[in-house]
Amino acid sequence: MAEFLPPKERMAIPKQIMPEQDPLERRNNFNEVNYGFTKELAIKEAQRCLQCKTATCIDGCPVDIKIDDFITLIVEEDFLGAAKKIKEDNVLPAICGRVCPQEEQCEKTCVLGKKYEPVAIGRLERFVADIEMEAGVEPVPVTTPKKGKKVAIVGSGPAGLSCAGDLIYMGYDVTVFEALHELGGVLVYGIPEFRLPKEIVRKEIHNMEKIGVKFETDMVIGRSLTIDELMQEEGYGAVFIGVGAGLPWFMNIPGENLVGVYSANEFLTRVNLMKAYLFPEYDMPILDMKGKNVAVMGGGNTAMDAVRISKRLGAKHSYIVYRRSEIEMPARVEEVHHAKEEGVEFLMLTAPIEMVGDEKGRIKAMKCIKMELGEPDDSGRRRPIPIEGSEYILDIDVAVIAIGNGSNPLIHQTSPEIEVNKWGNIVVDADTMKTTRKGVFAGGDIVTGGATVILAMGAGRKAAKAIDDYLSNGKEWKY
Amino acid sequence: MYQITEARFLAQDIKLFKIKEPKIAEKRKAGQFVIIRIEEHGERIPLTIADSDTSDGTVTIIVQGVGKTTKQLNMLEAGDEIMDIVGPLGMPSHIENFGTTVSIGGGVGTAIAYPTAVALKQAGNHVITINGARSKDLVILEEEMKEVSDEAYITTDDGTYGHHGFVTDMLQKLIDDGTKIDFVLAIGPIPMMKAVSDLTKPHGIKTIVSLNPIMIDGTGMCGGCRVAVGGKVKFACVDGPEFDAHDVDFKNLTDRNRMYQEYEKKSLELYEHECKLNKQIVKT
Repeated sequence: MAEFLPPKERMAIPKQIMPEQDPLERRNNFNEVNYGFTKELAIKEAQRCLQCKTATCIDGCPVDIKIDDFITLIVEEDFLGAAKKIKEDNVLPAICGRVCPQEEQCEKTCVLGKKYEPVAIGRLERFVADIEMEAGVEPVPVTTPKKGKKVAIVGSGPAGLSCAGDLIYMGYDVTVFEALHELGGVLVYGIPEFRLPKEIVRKEIHNMEKIGVKFETDMVIGRSLTIDELMQEEGYGAVFIGVGAGLPWFMNIPGENLVGVYSANEFLTRVNLMKAYLFPEYDMPILDMKGKNVAVMGGGNTAMDAVRISKRLGAKHSYIVYRRSEIEMPARVEEVHHAKEEGVEFLMLTAPIEMVGDEKGRIKAMKCIKMELGEPDDSGRRRPIPIEGSEYILDIDVAVIAIGNGSNPLIHQTSPEIEVNKWGNIVVDADTMKTTRKGVFAGGDIVTGGATVILAMGAGRKAAKAIDDYLSNGKEWKY
Repeated sequence: MYQITEARFLAQDIKLFKIKEPKIAEKRKAGQFVIIRIEEHGERIPLTIADSDTSDGTVTIIVQGVGKTTKQLNMLEAGDEIMDIVGPLGMPSHIENFGTTVSIGGGVGTAIAYPTAVALKQAGNHVITINGARSKDLVILEEEMKEVSDEAYITTDDGTYGHHGFVTDMLQKLIDDGTKIDFVLAIGPIPMMKAVSDLTKPHGIKTIVSLNPIMIDGTGMCGGCRVAVGGKVKFACVDGPEFDAHDVDFKNLTDRNRMYQEYEKKSLELYEHECKLNKQIVKT
């Protein structure tokens, strides 16, 4: 067991650096970028934690992980105990440890961060989760007596998985329906292998199967089965909708249907889910990018994922084209940093106004206009304003539109009684995640619009709690 | 895994499959499609549902072997399994009693025109069908189409069977003969659908085509199947696959469907090379 140091000494330890693949090497492969902490690094990092009486870091966590407790267990070198502690509140720590924006959450509210670098909570979470996974620790069995009630979860992404994970431990029969052939939602089709190895997602889901969660792939709710059928014919007492945002936005500029223009969803799905980077070993192709110029429109994590993939597919120039400046970009700092290290070029304050094609209908260039920042808009970010006469032509071979997602209309089409707002997002009660339809709950991107994995998981947990109450005391519920 | 319960060739390279999936069989409506994936390394391809049988819970698809996946599928026999089938996807055909309708199927497109012709008949229409193929031995569903039609015509490009000429020649003849046509549904290769559209447009005949763009998820998530219809972007998987022919940008559809031509060729060459090797191994 490592030593608990006096506060002064704790503060004297610098933030430990997580080893990662060399940028020049990794931009040629799809292997994971970060290697994760070694035991020594993890203990050292854990020793930096001040063990505050009031752990403010927990305030920053959407699922209230007992951060101080699990870090103590790391110092005590009880890594499996630490993993178990996290799993009391988060079913998917190996995933969250990798993709959560900790700098905006727990690490933002870390006291140490006021004067020094905050404790690398996310990296510690990842470290213990990986140790547990390598050790092949079996998931905690469900001991709650079965309640004999069925809950349907629509969508196997982070919201659905966390909701299912909680409900199974409460004693419900839980079935998760997934439209695609593989489970995990955005975790498998959206986030690339080099940021989140699919093997990890598979293992986490397999653990959920072991504790009794049932999964059905190839099931499109709204088409294969409707919510009505689930509740009236299949005997589900409650339904949780966690289908994600899933309807790509385009920019509505001329030439967007040209060959070589992808939505980020399509681009990522081809590469991540369908493994197009291994074509022809896998059947689904993606346009050859070797020596080509690729422009990705947008400044979020999805844009970073897409542009970094283009580098790995051999692009000569990979551009991020963003209409505001770098500080307004919603992407994680780490992702932007990694992208730069890998040679991605950032064209800030630039907006495309037209895609230009050749005689075969293939994109060959993009007409762009320079922008300047004006007064802040509704989002609090300074509004970009086009600079007259600043148009120029950027030669590109592939364009990826990564400006966000609207909401998928499939469920609303067959269940119009579930109210949606003008953007198509499902309207829910903020405390219970209940929708306007009795017994139907929703959470994640379908409610909030495109957000993060952990916020979706937080919504899934909140809904699970409410579903438990509804199925126990539903008669008292008002609709 | 989903079992193939029946598999037989209807014509050269065109094969009919019945696949066991009772839920889709029960639910599907005319005009809807499924997406299938044969095996772990396979791509997802959309195929319009030709028919279904609720008594044995099977879905019928008719496939023309052109690329790797369709040729690979056509190697499968009854008793074999495919990894995935999902559906029914897309909006069902809009069916009503239009009056006199003409259902046109070109090549394997007849497999898709057929279920809609059935639905149009059930809705009380006077159903005319034009079943077109390159040559006599490529004509499919002749009996089925005849059975559902009040008037059934066959055309072959080379004149080896039925009327000598294209489906549009037959349609033109009907118009010239003074047949009052209220509705046309054309399904087949893009040039054929465009030709039908060009023919009916000046006559103001409502014409619907079923589009088959490149697709991945089939639920509106990827946007790969987007088509320009009346100057607006539509997703064939959730807004279609059927659209008003007179509004469709066929040029863009053609370009987009050719996006991966060279990759498809490579994939097919590799596959056929592999098949040859396997045959040689079996021989020795």
